[in-house]
Amino acid sequence: MYNFNFHAASSLDDAVAKLGAAEDGTLMAGGQTLIPVLKQRLANPSDVIDLSGIAELNGISASGDGVTIGAMTTHAAVATSSDVPAALRAVAEGIGDPQVRNRGTLGGSIANNDPAADYPAALLGLGATITTNQRDIAADDFFTGLFETALNDGEIIKSVTFPNATKAAYAKFPNPASRYATVGVFVAQAADGVRVAVTGATDCAHRGPKLEAALSANWSPDALDGITIPTDHMNSDIHASAEYRAHLVVVMAKRAVAAAG
Amino acid sequence: MAENGIGASVKRKEDNRFLTGKGNYTDDINRPGQAYAYMLRSPHAHATINSIDTAAAKSAPGVVAVFVGQDLQADEVGGLVCGASVTGKGGEVNKAPPRNVLTMDKVRFVGDPIAVVIAETLAQAKDGAEQIAVDYTELPSVVSTSAADKPGAPQLHEECPDNVALDWELGDKAAVDAAFASAHKTASVDLINNRMVTNPMEPRAAVGDYNSGTDEITLYLTSQNPHVHRLVMSAFMNIAPEHKFRVVAPDVGGGFGSKIFTYNEEAICAWATKKINRPVKWTADRSEAFLSDAHGRDHVTTAEMALDADGKFLALRVSSQANMGAYLQLFSVAIPTLFHGFLLAGQYTTPAIYLEMRSVMTNTAPVDAARGAGRPEATYLLERLVDVAALEMGLDPAEIRRRNFIKPEQMPYQTPVVQCYDSGDYAASLDKALANADYDGFAARQAEAKGRGKLRGIGLSAYIEACGVAPSAAVGSLGIGVGLWESAQVRFNPTGGVTVFTGTHSHGQGHETAFAQLVTERLGVPIENVEVVHGDTAKGQFGMGTYGSRSLPVGGVAIANACDKIIAKGKKIAAHTLEASEDDIEFGDGNFTVAGTDKTMNIAEVAFTAYVPHNYPEGVEPGLDEIAFFDPLNFSFPAGAHVCEVEVDPDTGTLEIVNYTAVDDFGVLVNPMIVEGQVHGGLAHGIGQALLEGCVYDDDSGQLITGSFLDYCMARADNLPSFNVDYAPTVPLHNPLGVKGCGEAGAIAAPPAVINAIVNALGIKHLDMPATPEKVWRAAQAAG
Repeated sequence: MYNFNFHAASSLDDAVAKLGAAEDGTLMAGGQTLIPVLKQRLANPSDVIDLSGIAELNGISASGDGVTIGAMTTHAAVATSSDVPAALRAVAEGIGDPQVRNRGTLGGSIANNDPAADYPAALLGLGATITTNQRDIAADDFFTGLFETALNDGEIIKSVTFPNATKAAYAKFPNPASRYATVGVFVAQAADGVRVAVTGATDCAHRGPKLEAALSANWSPDALDGITIPTDHMNSDIHASAEYRAHLVVVMAKRAVAAAG
Repeated sequence: MAENGIGASVKRKEDNRFLTGKGNYTDDINRPGQAYAYMLRSPHAHATINSIDTAAAKSAPGVVAVFVGQDLQADEVGGLVCGASVTGKGGEVNKAPPRNVLTMDKVRFVGDPIAVVIAETLAQAKDGAEQIAVDYTELPSVVSTSAADKPGAPQLHEECPDNVALDWELGDKAAVDAAFASAHKTASVDLINNRMVTNPMEPRAAVGDYNSGTDEITLYLTSQNPHVHRLVMSAFMNIAPEHKFRVVAPDVGGGFGSKIFTYNEEAICAWATKKINRPVKWTADRSEAFLSDAHGRDHVTTAEMALDADGKFLALRVSSQANMGAYLQLFSVAIPTLFHGFLLAGQYTTPAIYLEMRSVMTNTAPVDAARGAGRPEATYLLERLVDVAALEMGLDPAEIRRRNFIKPEQMPYQTPVVQCYDSGDYAASLDKALANADYDGFAARQAEAKGRGKLRGIGLSAYIEACGVAPSAAVGSLGIGVGLWESAQVRFNPTGGVTVFTGTHSHGQGHETAFAQLVTERLGVPIENVEVVHGDTAKGQFGMGTYGSRSLPVGGVAIANACDKIIAKGKKIAAHTLEASEDDIEFGDGNFTVAGTDKTMNIAEVAFTAYVPHNYPEGVEPGLDEIAFFDPLNFSFPAGAHVCEVEVDPDTGTLEIVNYTAVDDFGVLVNPMIVEGQVHGGLAHGIGQALLEGCVYDDDSGQLITGSFLDYCMARADNLPSFNVDYAPTVPLHNPLGVKGCGEAGAIAAPPAVINAIVNALGIKHLDMPATPEKVWRAAQAAG
C-alpha cells in the first residue's frame, strides 16, 4: 500500500469538498474492493475519503411503494432487515462471506460495478432508482460498462429505492473459487411488467429482452425452453467459457422463475 | 492401556495455545533492530537479464541495503541444491542445472527472485524495489508439461537439452510388451494429474538474527525439518558452520511438503543478517506464496493394462511426463520416480510393470513433494485404469479389484517395482468399505436420484502408500542424499517431569499430544508431566523432520526406544536402592518393583535418585536422560479402500459428494481423534484436487493465472460431505509400534474415488481433474 491522506467525511457536502480538494482522491465506502487494490499497490490515490461516518447514508426505510436503502448500508444489514423484500435479502445474503457482508455496502458495490457483482442484477431486475447528491438515475441508465457507471465526478450515491414487485427471485451460479457470480439472473414480475437482469455473463449487468418477452407471455420456467443466448459478448475465463455462460443464463433464469413462484 | 496412553483420544495439548491466539509463528518473532526484506521478482516467465540498476533503490528513504546475485556470489554463498541424484536410462544421472539464490543470468519463471531490498519498514523496502531498473530481453516461454520436450520448445537450461532433466525407466519392458502382445484385452487411459499449490494457512517466513558477539546466526523459519535446513545451508550454501548456526522452526501453520525445501528467501535472511549486522525479516504474502512456493503433481500420463480372460492383470505399462518447473528443488526428481514408480503395483499382483518417466523443465515455479508426493499420482493413474479395465471387461469395479488383490497370506509380498509390502488385507478393507457405504443399495439410490433429475454415481479407490520414510541404506542406494532415520531424547528432570526432544517437526499433526501418549504408555508418567520439544537445532539432537508420514512410524519408535533405555537404566538404580538383583526388577505403570514383593519405587523417585546419587549403584552414570536413533528396516505400507458417491446436476454440471466412506489400515492408532482429523484433512486435499484445485499458467505469456484465491479454488466446508471414517488394521512386520502413518492417505485415496464416481454417474470413460462444473456439464451433454 502506498501512502495516502485519509479523511473521514462528516457529511455529503464535506465529502464532495474533500474529494474536490484532493489531487487524485477516491471515495471509500466499505472498502471491500478498494482496500485489496491498495494493498496490492494497484492504485495510488493521493487521498482516501471515508464515507462511513455520514449518518444520512446509512439505513433502510420501507414505504407502501417499496424500500429505500442508504448507500452505506452493509450487505449484512440488508440481508437481515424485515423491511427488505425476500428476493433482495437473498441477494445480499449471497454476497461474499460474512466478513465482506459486514463491511461491504450497497453503494460501494454499485458504484464499483464489478461485472460479476450481484447487486447490479437486483437493481436492474427490480427497476430501482439511484439517488445521488445531484439527481435520480434509473438503474437502466446507471450501469454503463465494465466498472463504469453514469456517476459524474464528485457525484455520490445517497440511496437506492427498490419498488415493490409481485414476484421476484435471484438465482446465482457462483464461481467456485471467488464465489462471485459466474452468472446471476434476477427475475421480477411487477405492475409494470416483467424484468429480467443478468450479471456475471458479460462485461456489465444488463436486461435480458428475450427472456423478458418469453416470461411476459408465460411466467413459468418452461417458457424459457429452447431460448438460446448468443455467446458473442459473453465473458470467458478458466472457470467458464462463453458457451457455458450462455447456457447458464437460461438455466439460472428458469431457476429464478421457479423460486419466485 | 495406560490412561491417556496408546489408543486414547486425548484432546490435543497444543490446541490451547493455537485456539487462544498464543501460538508463536515465525512472523510473530521480532528481534531488536530488525529490518525488513522484500524480494524483487521477475515479472516475466523467461527473459535474459541485461542489467539491474540498484543505485536509486539504495538511496531511497529507509533502505538499508540492496543485494543482487553477484553480492552473494562475492561472499561465496552457494546456490540451492537438489538433494537427489536419480539414475535414468543408460545410467545417466539427472541433470542438475545450477540455481543461484538470486538469479543473475536469466529469469525462468514469473516470481524468480533477482534482488532483495532491506529497509527499516516493509513499505520502504517495497518502495525501494520500485526504484530498481531491470533491463530484460524477453524470451519465449513454455509452461505446459507435454509441450516442454517438443522440438522447438524454448530451452531453459543449457545443461538440460530438450528441457529433459531426467529420462527414467523402471521395470521389465520386454516382459510387459510380451504380456500386451498376448493379452485377452487391454485397457488404456490418458490422464492429467493436475498441478497443485499446497497453500498452507501460514505463508513462508524467515527471520535471520546474527549475534556479532558470538558470531552465531539464528534463523527462525517456517520449516518441516529445521536440522535439514541447517545442514543444507551449512554444507552447500556456506551460510555458517552448523555449530555456529541455529535454526528454529517455531509453530508452523501447515506445510504439506512445501516447507521441506530450502528456499531463496531463507538463505537471504540468514546471510544478510550478518552482512548488515541487523536482524532481517521476510514474510511472504499470499500472492508470493502462489508464485514461489514449490508446487505439486503436474503429470501427463498414458496408462495401459493388459488383462487375461478372467480379468487378471497381466501387465501395466505407463508412459508419463512430470513437470519439474524452472529449477530442481530439494527432492523434485525423486518424486515422480522413486516415490511414484515404486507404488505402481498398488494392491495388485500385476506381475510385469514398466514405467517411462520424463522429468521436464518449464517456465513455472519449481515442483516438488506435496502431501503424498508421487504416491497420489501412482494411485490415481492405477485406480482410474482399473476402472477403465473393469469397463472393458464388463466386470464390477469391486470384483475386478478382488480378483487381483495381493492376499494376506502372500505377505511379505515382493512387487515387481522394488517395494516389498510387509502387511495388508486389501479384501478386508474393501469389504468393510463396501458394507459401510451400502454398495449393494446403490442401484436403488441411483434410481431415486434419477427421479429428482440427478445423475448418481459411485466410485472406488483401493490405494497403498509407502510411508515411514525411510530405511537410510535403501534411499541412499537410490540416490537420496540423506539418511532417513529419526532421533529422540527422553530426559527426566530431577523432579520427575519428562522432556522429550524429537527430531520430527509438528506443523499441525499433533505430535505434542501423540508423542506424549507414547511416553505415558511406555513409562507410566502422567501425560501432563510430559513435554514434547521440537523445531530448534539448539534444543535436542539432530533429526530429519516431518514428511512422508514418517513422524510416528520412525520418530515414534525412536521415542519408544529412548524410553526403553530409560527403563533399563532405571532398573539398575531401583535394584540398588531396593537392594535386589537387577534381574528381579519388573517395570510397569511407572513403578519399578522387586518381583514377587511389595518393594517398589516410582520412576520419579528413580529419576530423583539419578540426579541426587548419594546412594547409587557402582559404575552407573548419574542422570536419567537417554537418546535413541532409529533407522527403519522397511517403509510402512498404509492402505485402504475408499468409496465415493456423487450426484450430478446435468443442467449445470455441479455435483455434490453425497457419501464418502473411508476404510484405512494404519495399523495401531495412537490417538484416534487425531488420526480421524488427519484423514479428514487428507480427504479435503484429495477432493479438492479432484474437483476444485488446479494451478494454471497462461500458455502464451507464462503468467500464473491462478495467482490468488479468487481463481485458485481450495475446498471449503460446503464442498465436503460428512465423512464416514473407519479402519481395518493389520500388523506390520517391521514396525515395533505397529504403526503405519496416516497423514497422506486421504490425499492419495480420494482423487480416483471421486473421479471414478463422476465417470460412473455420467457413463463415460474418463474425465480429467479438476472436474469443474463446465467439464462435467460438457461430459454430461456429450453422454446424453
